[in-house]
Order: sequence, then structure tokens, then C-alpha cells
Amino acid sequence: MPEFQRFSYDVLVIGAGGAGLRAAIEAGAAGAKVGVVCKSLLGKAHTVMAEGGIAAALANVDDRDNWQVHFADTMRGGQYLNNWRMAELHAKEAPECVRELEAWGALFDRTTDGKILQRNFGGHRYPRLAHVGDRTGLEMIRTLQDHGIHTGMELHMECTVLSLLLDGNRIAGACGYDREKGRFQLWEAKAVVLATGGIGRAFKVTSNSWEYTGDGLALAYRAGAELQDMEFVQFHPTGMVWPISVSGILVTEGVRGEGGVLRNSEGRRFMFDDIPDLYKEQTADSEEEGWRYTQGDKNARRPPELLTRDHVARCINREVKAGRGSPHGGVFLDISWIKERMPKSEEHIKRKLPSMYHQFKQLADLDITKEPMEVGPTTHYMMGGIRVDGDSQMSNVPGLFAAGEAAAGLHGANRLGGNSLSDLVVFGRRAGRFAAEFANANGSVTIDEVELQTTANAALAPFDRGHAGENPYQIQYDLQETMQNLVGIVRVESEMQQALDAIGQLRARAERTGIAGNREYNNGWHTTIDIGNMMIVSQAITRAALLRKESRGAQFREDFPNKDSEWGKYNIVISRSADGEMQVEKRALTPMPNELKKVIEEMK
Amino acid sequence: MATQVTFRIWRGDRAGGAFQDYTTPVEEGMVVLDAIHRIQAQQAPDMAVRWNCKAGKCGSCSAEINGMPSLMCMTRLSAIDLSVPVIVEPMHAFPVIRDLVTDVSWNFQAKKTIKQFKPRPPDAADGTWRIQQADVERVQEFRKCIECFLCQDVCHVLREHNKHDEFIGPRLLVYAAALEMHPLDTEDRVSDLRHKHNIGYCNITTCCRQVCPESITITENAIIPLKERVVDRYFDPLKRLFRIL
Ligand SMILES: Cc1cc2nc3c(=O)[nH]c(=O)nc-3n(C[C@H](O)[C@H](O)[C@H](O)COP(=O)(O)OP(=O)(O)OC[C@H]3O[C@@H](n4cnc5c(N)ncnc54)[C@H](O)[C@@H]3O)c2cc1C
Ligand code: SF4
Ligand code: SF4
Ligand code: FES
Repeated sequence: MPEFQRFSYDVLVIGAGGAGLRAAIEAGAAGAKVGVVCKSLLGKAHTVMAEGGIAAALANVDDRDNWQVHFADTMRGGQYLNNWRMAELHAKEAPECVRELEAWGALFDRTTDGKILQRNFGGHRYPRLAHVGDRTGLEMIRTLQDHGIHTGMELHMECTVLSLLLDGNRIAGACGYDREKGRFQLWEAKAVVLATGGIGRAFKVTSNSWEYTGDGLALAYRAGAELQDMEFVQFHPTGMVWPISVSGILVTEGVRGEGGVLRNSEGRRFMFDDIPDLYKEQTADSEEEGWRYTQGDKNARRPPELLTRDHVARCINREVKAGRGSPHGGVFLDISWIKERMPKSEEHIKRKLPSMYHQFKQLADLDITKEPMEVGPTTHYMMGGIRVDGDSQMSNVPGLFAAGEAAAGLHGANRLGGNSLSDLVVFGRRAGRFAAEFANANGSVTIDEVELQTTANAALAPFDRGHAGENPYQIQYDLQETMQNLVGIVRVESEMQQALDAIGQLRARAERTGIAGNREYNNGWHTTIDIGNMMIVSQAITRAALLRKESRGAQFREDFPNKDSEWGKYNIVISRSADGEMQVEKRALTPMPNELKKVIEEMK
Repeated sequence: MATQVTFRIWRGDRAGGAFQDYTTPVEEGMVVLDAIHRIQAQQAPDMAVRWNCKAGKCGSCSAEINGMPSLMCMTRLSAIDLSVPVIVEPMHAFPVIRDLVTDVSWNFQAKKTIKQFKPRPPDAADGTWRIQQADVERVQEFRKCIECFLCQDVCHVLREHNKHDEFIGPRLLVYAAALEMHPLDTEDRVSDLRHKHNIGYCNITTCCRQVCPESITITENAIIPLKERVVDRYFDPLKRLFRIL
């Protein structure tokens, strides 16, 4: 019988990105004994990769900004499918959370009068993103990490959670293994916060790291929690396309915020050709006006390159399909052209976009201050996730909370850039606070020992099959191909049906994976576990995308190319039925209070 | 277009190990980590490799490539001589866990011994501070650190002399510099730097600076100014006199 190392906490936080660390700090401050589990080393979570900035209506650069405008922008970006309560709290609390980061040592770029500087980003009406060059995520995770290690949380680095444990219908903790030795671990807890991030690894071309296998979503689903908005996967318009081995790596929206423009092979700024009605009022009608906007002219409107991500990604897709793409199947993104407008543009670009300069120089032998880049869409962010209460972040499973990218609601059908980092701190803080409260109000839990053994034995099964089993890497690769080709940026019923069949076959293969060697830091073994989660997530995405017979936000259906106001009344909710089948249903949105409706009306 | 290249990879654990050759096709634009992944997927599924972002941002994939401490995800094959086997081995300054993965937990423990950030009271009534961009820029360089620990790997004080219990190494000196030069910080770490963290062990060989993938000027901008602070406090006769009085 596999042995377990045992730990006991009031609050267990799964994930040490921005959301997890912020939750752990808050729960600790509320007096809870806190444990944190993460798959990789501390400070390496996905949050470290975030580039452009963190959105908060600080109004340091444009004093017309306030929470109401930020709220309305977020709702418009999400095509009104957002959990309005989350959008409201997020807009109201983000400034305070940014200031809190500063008090813990974060050093943001400054305005001339010494305040936190803010930059423009797609879909935000005013310059709103506090930033540190193009490495804002690093600044944020390091600040939370360096503050957090002195708050008494116990860290379990390089440990993977296999399963959540229940006591009746209430959460009781989690079990998993450490990567180093493959020893099984039990983390008993009165409350659990899932902050496991996204799902990008289910697709072939992605900006996401290996960790993004959707674990949290699959863990929650298996424990009986509801998932929501799974059809909304954000494809970021600008990922690298060349060299092939680095395709998918993100090219920050900050490039366009600083004046970078998109052109097709004919040299045309094609973004001017298709501006959606919802944004006509706010979009520049000449190249000249667009340039002035990027340089801080308050009377200018934003260039069409800064429209929402779903739209820009589709326009790029259209250009490529029409044969007007760049040599390696993308389009051109040019920041070097600003030399026509400003002296010393080279230094300016290097100072504003240092890691982009570095990234292209090193990986593609290309100097972005002199030549255009080639870019194309890349899988970037999961709007969907665990369905939670807007105030407390608790799921329908008592004691199970979720925050950050793993939770759904704030972003609706499409996320605005910069709204994720703020999401992490606003709702990480809330989840931590309410989880500590829950732990305080509820007694201890009992662990189901039989369940524990079943989980461990299932995890070890691939070793019994050894070389004779299926190669887990190959299954992962095949799944990524399937999702990329059949459930990607442009979707159609027949292809998605095909994807469901393929996923069914892959699931069967995933049950026969085999791995040689032993349990010590065995990447192959880890992959056998990851793919199980990716299957659940991929199936959920496809099922939800099939049900939503319209195009809205990040979901584009070729067979239903228009938005349908009837569908604007529903979220799609996914859960596991008693017999283990995936259930997919429409759930009506909660009606928005009148004062929020008024805010949206006024901002139109 | 694909050519066959041999990678000589160290396989083993704490008890010992050996180099093993793997030959795999490579294409234009590939980095070392791509080749390692291909070998892992097709020939050695249980090979241990640590990586996260594959974009040079997280500092997970540190290893020694042909003897040079590097990030595997940022080392292009076009920059290496492929006519002879490419040697890939784990960092030497830390205990190996398995294959290319080392136990770097010491760095996290040592960091805790450095006094944390302590800001001055806010400048404005609304609880915020006013800081000039120039003051921010001075420390932003240090804050670019991705904690890859490659500098720790080359530092002879750790690598050859194993002074992990006495010396915090270049990465953590950079961290201490970031705190000491933080425009808002009021904590005093000079005594610790001298007595607890033994900054004196560093003899400015600049090996650390040369491997830093973030091009942080570790020695000139971080370590030397810290050493100056220590010297000012403990060895400047006038200041010493004042302290005694
Ligand atoms: C390249 C890039 C740039 C971005 N830029 C921006 C930006 O400029 N602005 C913005 O707002 N957003 C940006 N985003 C999005 C944003 O970075 C992410 O959405 C956000 O960081 C997610 O944070 P998180 O705390 O939810 O999860 P993460 O930071 O991803 O952390 C997840 C944690 O969960 C752990 N984990 C996962 N599964 C398990 C398991 N089974 N067991 C144990 N632990 C587990 C992981 O180890 C990790 O610690 C960007 C994203 C990318 C990819
Ligand atoms: S300069 Fe100092 S810290 Fe850097 S490698 Fe040499 S001895 Fe070590
Ligand atoms: S200072 Fe440079 S080499 Fe050292 S850990 Fe940081 S990034 Fe790596
Ligand atoms: S994998 Fe992140 S730095 Fe190489």
C-alpha cells in the first residue's frame, strides 16, 4: 500500500502564481495556518511571464479614469457575459491592490511627478496599465514571493496535486506527490483555494508554459464543482511564428501600445478595414490620429491595432487565409517605423520593450528597432474556469475556492489585457480572506483513506504497463493537434464533432499509458497524469463551443458568424453527473442591478 | 533540411551517473531545450528536465552546455558546433536530483536570511509614495533577475569551496543590493552582509556577471557598491570613530 506523508492546514492554497500567493498572504494575515503547493519552483509560475501590465483605474495619467469606466470597459470587452459583481469589485479594488504591491516593494515605472505610470492597452478607454517595462509579471510575482516567505506559509514546491478530497460534500484537502522522489503527500485542510492557472497546453501553438494543463479545472470538476464559460479561449493576436520551434511565444500588446502597427504583405494597415460598430466611436479614423493616441494625446482615439484581442486575431487570420500573409504564415508587426516620428527611436524601443528586443534578437536573429517582426495568433488565456460566487470566490463545493485564471466570471467572453494581473490580486485576496473565514467557522475534516489509496494506485498504474503502454508524450501531441486544428480560432460544428470523437479515442489511449523507470523526477510519469486533466478540459471546451451557436467574444463560429442576443442571456455551465458523464447546460445570467446598468449606459 | 546531431547528456542521480549519447534530427531555429524535448519524447521518456516558460523568463532550465552555464531554452543550436557531440549536464554547484535537475532549494532558504523590505512612511496623504523614474531605474536592473542561479553555479566560493553555509552568492548579493538601493527602503543590512553573508569572500572575479542571461552587471553595479558600504562602515577610520562615540 502506497505510503503518504501527511500535513494539516486550515487553508491549503494550490498554486503559487499571483493569485495563489496573494491568497496565501491574506489567509495567513487572517490567522489561518496556511500551506501552499505548487508544481514548479517558487517564483516560476506562469505569472512570471506577464509582460504588459496590471490594469487599475489609478487615474495617474488621465484623471478622467475611475472604477465606473474600468467596469464598463471590462463588461464591453466580455460582451456582457461577465459576472457583473466580479467586474464591479475588480474595478473598485484593483487600485488598492496595486498600491499594496508598492508597499511590499514593487517598483513600477513613474510619471514625471513621481506617481505610478500607466500605459494604453486594447479595450481600455484610458491609459490604465501600471507596468515595469515589459516584465510586469516578474515584478509582481517576485514582490509577492519575497513578501510571502516572511509570513509563515509552509511551501511545498515541485509537488503536484492528483486529486481533491471530500468529507461528505465538503472539501477536506488534497493529495498528490512530490516530483523529486515521487512520494505521495496528503494535505488535509478545512478550506482549499485553487489557483492553478490556465489550459494553454491543450493547444499546439501557445504562449503558455508546461504547467498549463488545466489541472485545477479538472480537479474541481471531478470533485463536483461547476465549470463555466469553457468555450471562451483567448487567442492572442501576436505570437512569434518563426522560427517554428519558438512559435507561440508571446509578443506583448505593449508593442502596439507604443506605436507598433500591423501590415500585410502588401504593406497595408489592414486593421483599418474592419472596425466593429461597438468600437467605431472610440477608434481613430486616420493613421495620424492613431499615432497621436499612442503618444499620449488625450484628444486622439486609439488606433485599430488596439481593438480587442479576439477581433485583431481574426483579422490576422483573415489576411493570412487570403494569401496576404508574411513568409512564415503570419503578418508583419512593425515598431521600427517610429524612427520616422522620433529621434533616437532605437534607444526608445529598447527602453520601453527590453525583453521583446532581447527575445527577437536571441531567438530569431532579428533587430526589432530596424525590421518588422512576423506574428500570428497564439493560445493565450482561459476566460472560462471554475464557477464561483462573485464576493467570496467559493465554488458550489463548500470550502472549495478558486481565484485567478482558474476561476471564471470576471472576463466573460473575452478578457482585456492587463485585467488578469489585477484579477489575481483582487480575487486572490478575497479568496484568501473568505477561505480563512470558512476554515474558522467549520470544524475539522475526516479523510477517506480508501479514496486515498485508490488515487495512489491509479497514479502508479502506468509503471505496471512500462514500455508496453502508450507513449504519453505522443498522446499529448495528438491532443494538441486535434484542439489546434478542430477547436481553434475559427470553429464549425462538423469539425468540433470530429474533435469529440478524437478526444474519445485519445482518452481510451490515455488509460493505457506506460512508463519505464522509477518515480524520481520522471517527466514521462508526470505527463501521464497531466494528459488526464487535459482530456477533461478539452472535452469541456469542445462541448461548450458546440452548444453556443453564435459568435461572441473569443468564440467565432463559421456556421453562426453573428452575435445572437438570445445567447447573450446565458452562460454555459458544465458539471459531472452522478454517473460520471459530462453535463452541459445553459444557465441564465443573474440580472444586473440598475445602478450598474446605468454606469454601462453612461459609458456607451 | 534536418541534420542528425548527437547530444551527450548526463544521466544519473545522487549515487552517480554517466554521459549517454542520443542522436536526433535538428532543424533551423531550434534551441537546446527543443532537442532535449525531442529526445525525451522519442528515446528517453523518463529523462528529468526542469523547464517552464521556454522563453527565457522563468529561469528554470539552467544547465551546463559544453561546459558553459546557460539557459537551455535560450541557447540556439546555430550558436554551437554541431559537428561534435553537444555536452549537456546539470549545474555543478548544487546537488543533483536526477539527470539535468538539481536541488536548488538552498537558494530559497538563504534568501530568507536577508532582512525583508521595510518602506519609509508614505509621502502622500492617500498612502502613496512619490519616486523619480531615475531612482526606480537604478534598482530595476537588479529586479530583472529571473533566479536561474547560473551565477551561483559559476561562483568559485560555492562551486569549489562549498561555502553555502557562510556565503549567499552573487544572486543573493544582487537581491540585497536591490533592497539596499530601493528608494523607499529603510532597513540596514550592512552588518549582516559583512558578518552573516560574508560579502568579503567575493574577490570580484566577475565570472557571475559573464553568465547572467539578464545581463545584470552583478559585480560593478551590485557587489562593489555593497562592498563600499561595508568598507565605509567598518574600515573608514573617521566613521568608526563616530560609531564608537
Ligand atoms: C506570455 C504571457 C504574458 C501575459 N501578460 C499579461 C499582462 O501583461 N497582463 C495581464 O494582466 N495578464 C497577462 N497574462 C496573463 C496572466 O499572466 C495569467 O493569466 C496569470 O499570471 C495567471 O496567474 P495565476 O495566479 O492564476 O496562475 P499561475 O501564475 O499560472 O500559477 C499557477 C500555479 O498553479 C500551480 N499548479 C498548477 N497545477 C497544479 C497541480 N496539479 N498541483 C499543484 N500545483 C499546481 C503551478 O505550479 C503554479 O504555481 C500573460 C500571460 C502570458 C502567457
Ligand atoms: S565576482 Fe564574486 S560573487 Fe561573482 S563569481 Fe566571482 S567571487 Fe563569486
Ligand atoms: S543574477 Fe543573473 S545569473 Fe544570477 S540568478 Fe539572477 S538572472 Fe540568473
Ligand atoms: S524554461 Fe523558463 S527560462 Fe528556460
